[in-house]
Amino acid sequence: MKKESTLTPAYCWSVASRVAAAALGGYALTSAATVLMSLLWPAPRAQGVLWATMISFTVYTVAVIWAFHTRSAARAWTGMVFGTLLLSGISWLLWLAERGGGA
Amino acid sequence: MKEHLRQSMAWLHTWVGLVAGWLLFFVFVTGTAGYFQYEITRWMEPERTMQLDNPGEGVATGHMLELALQRLEQVAPVAASWRITLPHEAMAPREWRGLEIRWEEMPLPGHEWGASGSEKLDPASGALLPAGPEPRETAGGRGLYRMHYALHYMSYDWAIRIVGIATMLMLLAIVSGVITHKKIFKDFFTFRPGKGQRSWLDAHNAVSVMALPFFLMITYSGLVFFLFTYMPAGRDVLYGTGPAEQSAYYDELFERGEHKHEPIGKPAVALAPLVAQAEAEWGAGRVASVTIERHEGEPPEILVAQVPGGSLDFWNPATLRFHAGTGERLEPEPRPGGSAGLTQSVMFNLHEGLFADIWGRWLYFVAGLLGCAMIGTGLVLWSVKRRRHHLGSGREGAEHFGVRLVEALNVATIAGLPLAVAAYFWANRLLPVDIADRAAWEFHSLFAVWLGTLFYARARPLARAWVELLWGACAAYALVPVINALTSDRHLGQTLPSGDWVLAGFDLTMWALAAMFAYTAIKVRRRLAPAGQAVQAAAGAMPRKGVA
Repeated sequence: MKKESTLTPAYCWSVASRVAAAALGGYALTSAATVLMSLLWPAPRAQGVLWATMISFTVYTVAVIWAFHTRSAARAWTGMVFGTLLLSGISWLLWLAERGGGA
Repeated sequence: MKEHLRQSMAWLHTWVGLVAGWLLFFVFVTGTAGYFQYEITRWMEPERTMQLDNPGEGVATGHMLELALQRLEQVAPVAASWRITLPHEAMAPREWRGLEIRWEEMPLPGHEWGASGSEKLDPASGALLPAGPEPRETAGGRGLYRMHYALHYMSYDWAIRIVGIATMLMLLAIVSGVITHKKIFKDFFTFRPGKGQRSWLDAHNAVSVMALPFFLMITYSGLVFFLFTYMPAGRDVLYGTGPAEQSAYYDELFERGEHKHEPIGKPAVALAPLVAQAEAEWGAGRVASVTIERHEGEPPEILVAQVPGGSLDFWNPATLRFHAGTGERLEPEPRPGGSAGLTQSVMFNLHEGLFADIWGRWLYFVAGLLGCAMIGTGLVLWSVKRRRHHLGSGREGAEHFGVRLVEALNVATIAGLPLAVAAYFWANRLLPVDIADRAAWEFHSLFAVWLGTLFYARARPLARAWVELLWGACAAYALVPVINALTSDRHLGQTLPSGDWVLAGFDLTMWALAAMFAYTAIKVRRRLAPAGQAVQAAAGAMPRKGVA
């Protein structure tokens, strides 16, 4: 992201951290988004899961690009962690509501 | 802000491309060959005879159906299903199919499926066709094709995950590459030959933009092939992770009940009028098969299926359903899987290109070669850039280990892998026909030669290694038809006069590839000559080192 001449240890750590945020954090976020999309997709459940999973690769791509674009590695991590928690939370509530309604 | 986005994407593009580049080059080379896998297999099995025209020519459809039914009554009087394949020109594999029968016996108690069998019949007499000559053991075109996702020398589960990660990196490289581009159309028409790094960049841009929709499609659909391996979250959370739960998921998706059949016999109605009805709708010769079966609790039915290839939903060709007792037309069964299943199927078929006719397949092949060129030029661009950087910083004396390693891997991959693929074809003709594990030895030949080129690239000065290996690839491909002529009787002297374009096309393509490598080698060699004659080669590679 910067010129190679500024290869300080701090810079290297920040790049490594960003790579981890993009690869691992992005994967967690995408997984949560896939579950949520599966629950919300207006089609029979099995088809919804297939749609959501097919779209998940787009979600992952956008997440990784955002992680490399955002101002700092810390921001990338914050976005991934809170995004994952938020999406998982909504999925959890939806799932509980579905269970309660169905019983 | 916009400038910052472009910079960060350029960084992402560079490193993602480098990490995945060599593997992706391998995937593109073997996958591109895969578009002609059936043709390659035929060439690699020279003993096999090929049906070049309609085997059922001049025989009435009703006559063939009657012969097939008689034989089925003999071999499988109590069956769960009968299928009669009528002579037709199939697309996967692309060849004429003759009259064939296939049956599934009633399952034994406690089993879901019964034993099945099949036979090929003479369309005129109904006699059992003798088995053709046993072809040599070969991995064939399928062996090449399969490596593009299953690699080799490792378990399938590992391979598809590694290829999956590389594919995801390629998707990222494509998207970030497009963002990095300021003016995608202006750059496409910008080409400055003979300007070193700048020319490599122009070539990389031009090739990438030319087939951009193909690259996006092939990458994304590649991910969709193994989607639940790569992104299992949705299915696992909502259905569970065990094998039983996963199979329940697929049953739900494709609306499959239990596979329960009742025994069938010869249908009361004649089949020929039903086939004629289907041909009236689809055109003559477009009927692939007639299936007779009976699902539990339903009347026995006759299913007339179209030859696959009429649509992008390749493996679900159109069918007509009839009541086997009355001949009455039944409602078509809806395609299971809904829009999601259809979308996935269309992605598979766009990726595999089985629906395409011969010119469509050549288009796929050329697009695949452009993919190889995109990855190749990208890899070379990386090393040319780095080398210039190191020269500029006054460290030209000290060979930079990383740059040198990348350069050697570039030569061994871009020039060495095609050479190794030629060795795969050589091995097919030169290995003793009765050697044990012959197919495995074909693979060993490929990888041994490939490893050899890596050692060669390390041992020779870089510029020499490029030129010599490119000429090596040229010679290896040029000699394939010659070796073919020396070791089999299916050579150009025989295939051209008989109009066997599959086999002749293979040999001629080998020469076309040889010409391409010769052209590249000459271009690269000229780049070695003192400045002024600098020439740019689009498909090859030549870093600056040799100039000094």
